[in-house]
Amino acid sequence: MKIALKNCQLIQPQQKINKKSNLLIEDGIIIKIGNLSAEDLKNAEVFDLKENFVAPGFFDMHVHLREPGREDEETVQTGCDAAAQGGFTGIACMPNTEPALDSAEVISLIKEKAKNHLVEVFPIGAATVGRKGEVISPMAELFNAGAVGFSDDGVAIKNARILKTSLEYSTMFDVPVIEHCEDESLAGGAMNEGTTSTFLGLPPIPSVAEDLIVMRDILMAEYTGGKVHIAHMSTKKSAQMVREAKAKGIRVTSEVSPHHFTLTEEAVKGYNTNTKMNPPLRSQEDVEAMLDGLKDGTIDCIASDHAPHSLEEKEMEFEYAPNGIVGLETQIGLALTELYHKKVLTIEQLVEKFAINPRKILNLPICKFEIGEKANLTIFDVNEIWSVDIYQFKSKSKNSPFNKRLLKGKTTGVINQRKMLLQGKLREI
Amino acid sequence: MPLSSRHLLGLEATPKEDIKLFLDTATTFKEVLERPIKRVPTLQGKTVVNLFYENSTRTRISFELAEKRLSADAVNFSVSTSSVSKGETFKDTIRNIEAMKIDMVVVRHAAAGTPLYLTQLCDAHIINAGDGIHEHPTQALLDMYSIREKLGRLEGVKVCIVGDIAHSRVALSNIFGLKTIGAEVSVCGPATMIPRNIKELGVKVFYNIDEAIQENEVLNVLRIQLERKAGGNFPTLREYHASYGITNERLEKNGKDILILHPGPINRGVEISSEVADGSHQIILQQVTNGVAVRMAVLYLLGTQN
Repeated sequence: MKIALKNCQLIQPQQKINKKSNLLIEDGIIIKIGNLSAEDLKNAEVFDLKENFVAPGFFDMHVHLREPGREDEETVQTGCDAAAQGGFTGIACMPNTEPALDSAEVISLIKEKAKNHLVEVFPIGAATVGRKGEVISPMAELFNAGAVGFSDDGVAIKNARILKTSLEYSTMFDVPVIEHCEDESLAGGAMNEGTTSTFLGLPPIPSVAEDLIVMRDILMAEYTGGKVHIAHMSTKKSAQMVREAKAKGIRVTSEVSPHHFTLTEEAVKGYNTNTKMNPPLRSQEDVEAMLDGLKDGTIDCIASDHAPHSLEEKEMEFEYAPNGIVGLETQIGLALTELYHKKVLTIEQLVEKFAINPRKILNLPICKFEIGEKANLTIFDVNEIWSVDIYQFKSKSKNSPFNKRLLKGKTTGVINQRKMLLQGKLREI
Repeated sequence: MPLSSRHLLGLEATPKEDIKLFLDTATTFKEVLERPIKRVPTLQGKTVVNLFYENSTRTRISFELAEKRLSADAVNFSVSTSSVSKGETFKDTIRNIEAMKIDMVVVRHAAAGTPLYLTQLCDAHIINAGDGIHEHPTQALLDMYSIREKLGRLEGVKVCIVGDIAHSRVALSNIFGLKTIGAEVSVCGPATMIPRNIKELGVKVFYNIDEAIQENEVLNVLRIQLERKAGGNFPTLREYHASYGITNERLEKNGKDILILHPGPINRGVEISSEVADGSHQIILQQVTNGVAVRMAVLYLLGTQN
């Protein structure tokens, strides 16, 4: 099967490509780039991409698929559908399932369930057995089964000794330990500590709860030589510490979720449970620090922390509602609106944050515009104006604070695994 | 002039005119409470549900009496939080109660923001009887009423709230209400009990109780929640009493005629000594009486709206 993509704006920052061109793809492999002759187009299905950007497939390295355990909220299938719809060809799923992703069998189960999908799923193994922070997980076994990193996400690795062991052991596979940075003894509140939490009477989570663990983890990465990746970073101080650590050559990387560069703690007024997440929405100063961090490279990538919750679970008293929001289907639109159109990031930088850096961190191949490359691509239109409608989500869950928000910039398609989803239509190619 | 809101969720957004209307109306009802027959037909035919998700004796009884004295039909619905987590959701409970055709809900709940959430779930008028560590507006109104009754004014009065400010809905509602009405508000307590951003609320902070006594006309002494002691906000009850307890000795030392309020229930020998709790400065039991009048005013003003 042969397809021709005409009028593409190809973009690949590693190759320094940002140009108008055409692509010819046969059986999922790029066979020609540039002008296409009548001979090339013979037997090919032709799609006019109308100068949409075509980039290496976007990758979300922080997704909760909820399977196994909470299939009422999301499954591997619906999570992958949401990822494709949102413009991603690959995702890494977090191990806080029931049971946790702490055995080869569970890792294999996820891989098996995802194998026929356009979206490739790369599980993050639990760093410790049952994510309990007591004994490190069988990392070699998990790695061999397909785990691309280790984390106890939902909580930080419990203590310094276990963190040290995890980092030392994981260096053998050169994969990162991904940390949810929150000091356990300061955790348990419902929103960021500040004036708003006082006004709302909500139990606070101080920003220093995050900073303490970021500091601990950076020191431990330096000491062990291991790779630490800071998940969903949200505070100004954390960003500053990561910036300084990178300058010293410590192996630390970081990600930010769209809600942490878009919303502040002010959004919690009104007690909408879709503004409850962990880390919580922070202050304006923190949001600005996230933008600065994205700009200067302190923050390597954007990841959704896609956390599906059922309506029943979120429809309750704020303090009792679970943390988290879905994000796969809104994050590219939010990033284009808040970062590209507001001139925080160039389009090249944005592609790096979504397509290049997450794959680098997890040692995964990155699609290049070269003959013979496997077509793993994301197509997006930076100018399309659309309004978020949670009822159009492919995700099983609808818990988003961005419903009805007007965004500028949207993904129009994805290509991977000899499948193409274009303008909502899935084709085998 | 009518109220600006259908509900009383808190005093943060309640305008000065509404607060004055509540307090002035309470004066009328206080007269009713002095009569031999303490009942008026004002809310006849209206149904009020007292929805208490948290243990409370005095606030519930105060509301219940207020409702009965206005001739409303009062229904009590008490739920222990433990059974809620196992069974029916809050939303389902509310939908069920609303289906029984009710006019007003008085709600007490351990989670902040629940009264606002209730307004989204049903059409009844909602009165907040305390939500988490957020607000307790009728308590603040009755405190303000009692101060005004005693001193004849509220504007410019120097009031200091003493105790665990960070975990007190009484403190927050008092701060909002008193500031709106033009009083000078300060707080006093150990640093661990003062919210980090307290200054942004526009109040002065005292860490020393003697200074607070010297500089204020009114002390509103909060109850130290004995069950929170283990939380580690202060070392021992003895140390708290020694540092912040209101005693006759302390009042005499500072040579001040000061008005002392306490929302109750009091811990004798902790935040207040027995001789002060029974002494001439305090108006603790008048506050309780005024509470019924203030709650009658709130129920009446909300319940007779469309």
